[in-house]
Amino acid sequence: MHNKTIAEISRDLAAGEYSSVEITTELLSRVQQLDSEYNSFITVTAEQALAQARAADERRAAGNAEAWTGIPIAHKDIFCTNGVLTTCGSKMLSNFTAPYDATVIDKFNAAGAVSLGKLNMDEFAMGSSNESSFFGPVANPWDKERVPGGSSGGSAAAVAARLVPGATATDTGGSIRQPAALCGVTGLKPTYGRISRWGMIAYASSLDQAGTITRSAEDAALMLQIMAGFDARDSTCMNQAVPDYSASLNNSIEGMTIGLPAEYFRDDLSADMQQAVRNAIAEYEKMGAKVKEISLPNAHLAIPAYYIIAPAECSANLSRMDGVRFGYRCEDPQDIEDLYKRSRGEGFGGEVKRRIMVGAYALSAGFYDAYYKKAQQVRRLIKNDFAAALQEVDLIAGPVTPTPAFRRGEKTSDPVEMYLEDIFTIALNLAGLPGMSVPCGQVNGLPVGLQLIGNYFDEARLLNAAHQFQQATDWHLQKPADI
Amino acid sequence: MEWEVVIGLEIHAQLATKSKIFSGAATAYGAEANTQACAVDLGLPGVLPVFNEEALRMAVKFGLAIDAEIGHRSVFDRKNYFYPDLPKGYQTTQLHHPIVGKGHIEIELEDGSTRIINVTRAHLEEDAGKSVHEGFNGMTGIDLNRAGTPLIEIVSEPEMRNAKEAAAYFRKMHSIVTYLGICDGDLSQGSMRCDCNVSLRPKGQQEFGTRTEIKNVNSFRNVERAIEAEIERQMDILEDGGKIVQETRLYDADKNETRAMRSKEVANDYRYFPCPDLLPVIIDDEYVNNVRATLPELPTSKRERFVNDHGLSPVDAAVLASDRDLAHYFETAAKLVNDYKLAANWVQGDVSAALNRLEVSINELPVSAQQLGRILSLIKDNTLNNGGAKEVFTAMADGKGDDSLECIDTLVDSMGLKQVSDSGAIEAIVDQVLTDNPKLVEGYLATPEDKRAKAIGPFIGLTRKAAKGVNPQVVMDVLKKKLSELG
Repeated sequence: MHNKTIAEISRDLAAGEYSSVEITTELLSRVQQLDSEYNSFITVTAEQALAQARAADERRAAGNAEAWTGIPIAHKDIFCTNGVLTTCGSKMLSNFTAPYDATVIDKFNAAGAVSLGKLNMDEFAMGSSNESSFFGPVANPWDKERVPGGSSGGSAAAVAARLVPGATATDTGGSIRQPAALCGVTGLKPTYGRISRWGMIAYASSLDQAGTITRSAEDAALMLQIMAGFDARDSTCMNQAVPDYSASLNNSIEGMTIGLPAEYFRDDLSADMQQAVRNAIAEYEKMGAKVKEISLPNAHLAIPAYYIIAPAECSANLSRMDGVRFGYRCEDPQDIEDLYKRSRGEGFGGEVKRRIMVGAYALSAGFYDAYYKKAQQVRRLIKNDFAAALQEVDLIAGPVTPTPAFRRGEKTSDPVEMYLEDIFTIALNLAGLPGMSVPCGQVNGLPVGLQLIGNYFDEARLLNAAHQFQQATDWHLQKPADI
Repeated sequence: MEWEVVIGLEIHAQLATKSKIFSGAATAYGAEANTQACAVDLGLPGVLPVFNEEALRMAVKFGLAIDAEIGHRSVFDRKNYFYPDLPKGYQTTQLHHPIVGKGHIEIELEDGSTRIINVTRAHLEEDAGKSVHEGFNGMTGIDLNRAGTPLIEIVSEPEMRNAKEAAAYFRKMHSIVTYLGICDGDLSQGSMRCDCNVSLRPKGQQEFGTRTEIKNVNSFRNVERAIEAEIERQMDILEDGGKIVQETRLYDADKNETRAMRSKEVANDYRYFPCPDLLPVIIDDEYVNNVRATLPELPTSKRERFVNDHGLSPVDAAVLASDRDLAHYFETAAKLVNDYKLAANWVQGDVSAALNRLEVSINELPVSAQQLGRILSLIKDNTLNNGGAKEVFTAMADGKGDDSLECIDTLVDSMGLKQVSDSGAIEAIVDQVLTDNPKLVEGYLATPEDKRAKAIGPFIGLTRKAAKGVNPQVVMDVLKKKLSELG
């Protein structure tokens, strides 16, 4: 039962193959038995999950079931969940029970989905290996000595380990696509503004975007269908019609033009990684797609620009974590200064502190023009590159990561090396475009992801291309040996 | 040395929106602590701001009222600093692209003269909460009801040259925002607060001296006194060859002096940057014109109209036009009686005196403008003399009436104030007075012709005592006639 996809569960529940309580119980017991090895959950809400499952079964019995009624999933612990611990992977919020639901949570609840709990992540979504979580690192199901990627490491690992069929996640610089690639699952980062950020704890507001981690593009379409749409509570959420994402999955991709950015296939990508990605491109050509080399001339500026803009925004976004109204507070503060310094000093981990410091520096008087303003100008150039490229092609394809999953501890001593993990994913966030990571091969027995990039609000075409690839290949069906 | 004073003011006015600038929580003053603060105001993780369009409309209205450039694209920025009553650790404000650009207002000085003071800019921002230091056993309480209340910060050019001008400027701004209905203007509740930047320079020098900023002054009188105290302090230092330290100061009204704030109370690098949660606010000419159509008549044009169309003196006109409610009261009464000067005298005299005596605002006065208009009309048609009118007004101010116009007539009757102008009736009273006071009559008749005008006084008094409300002019005429008949 645990190998079923969301689409399959939806069909099975409708056909009466099993009940929501049955599959929820099955998955909860898997979590209980296996998650000590992965550490993908921070909080398991078993009782609430079973209550939701029972309600779903009753709804079905009453003849009111819909597509999502009774389907179990789990949420990245960055989404506020009413009455449930919401930690964002940090000691700072290790005691924070959110008093309201994020819009994304709201929508899944309204659709009748069942939530098994809250998934592990890098602290405040800052990291590419899930090693910065206060709740401990997450193991990659393909090799438990290796990282699952980050920051949505818990989401990717839980889906890869078949603990849940799908999970919500967020992507600020690659936090959905990179862990999806490293765990051999399907990740979707929609257009900035496609999904409401209300209730999603902010890291870098102009880059943060909610999305999905699933085992197929078909499931990603089902999740996006629930999550997408305008929300008056988020001023950056676009009032744009939501198409039926499942309806176009089976469209032919014959004649579709796929662009390959020259900058993404250079020496920094090893030969076997290149090969895996090129094989996937060849598959598309077989299906009738046209391939064209394109250029993103400012691609090399994406990481430096990102590491100004994201830290600058986070330096302000995380100021509310001050120990005054909620969250961690130090013992016996002597005065307000002491309360701030020790609460924040003790409550935040190293990577978070590093980014706050970098951001505060970049915004400080006399440096603003040289750093923040310059970075915003670079961002505009990067956006223009993509806009020009997408005039010529329908989709852009390339690698997601420079290497497959690396060993735990391998990159923790050098933050810059860790930052380079996102070299192929970060530009997309700066441009606000949608992207996917689709399993497309293996290197040394570890999964490799293909990145697909689409035009603004063109998620339907992305999902269509990913689904067609998954119809023609079975990389997305591969799973770790012990599962 | 002769010094020139340079003063610039930053006025914070709370906008009278029903809900906060970035959340749906209510803005009403005086609620129990932290009952008007929602998740957004508390700065909980995951919340997002949504801009209240009513605040925008009010800010544009203000901009138009001071003839300012309106920012067709304004941008919210984050101003970063830590303070316990600042929930997010930053204040959302507007740095480089304010909603209101350069404008100007005319201020009126005590001698009736006017001056133009330029406004540099006005921008929208959110208010912080309040730290409450009493009642928590040495700890500090935080009340976030005020957090997120919309403010407009109005920055003047450093063009005022003495404390009186500064106070006049503050008063005029108060008058404008209350006229526009965008601020309740209640200084005691902090609805308007003023930061005063003060510096001195040798007369004739172009460059500015070092300035200090007096924070959060909250009354017209204190603006004047605080600035005067600060000028004196700076002058003493400069005359002694000392240097002014650029710093933030507080005014202590009890001691009438300013003192430096602790350096910890003064934040340094605010690390402003555009708020990524809010989009730039774009407005077009149509929007601005729609707001323009809702502008009421403003104090300056009202004052000019009072002078030019109704013949009031500039000083009277300025006083009456300065307060929207007072001006409305005045004009309503003046139109009813069709005599602006008479109404002006009354509003500045008896009405103002009653307000002071009863300690009420013009809207709380038991005598409505319509009722005053009626009373004044009774003077005009000789039903009441001035004294009778005062008596009925005072009686009504003290609550001896109701909301109706009829109650005036009832009071005039019951108090016996109706002026008797019928000469036949007055002749009878005068005859009685003369008959009752033979000695006075004798004395009068013995008075030489040229002194008789004065000697007639006691008869007038007696006649009016005998019958309240007799028309004094008729009494005089009848007395003169009767006495001359006697000799």
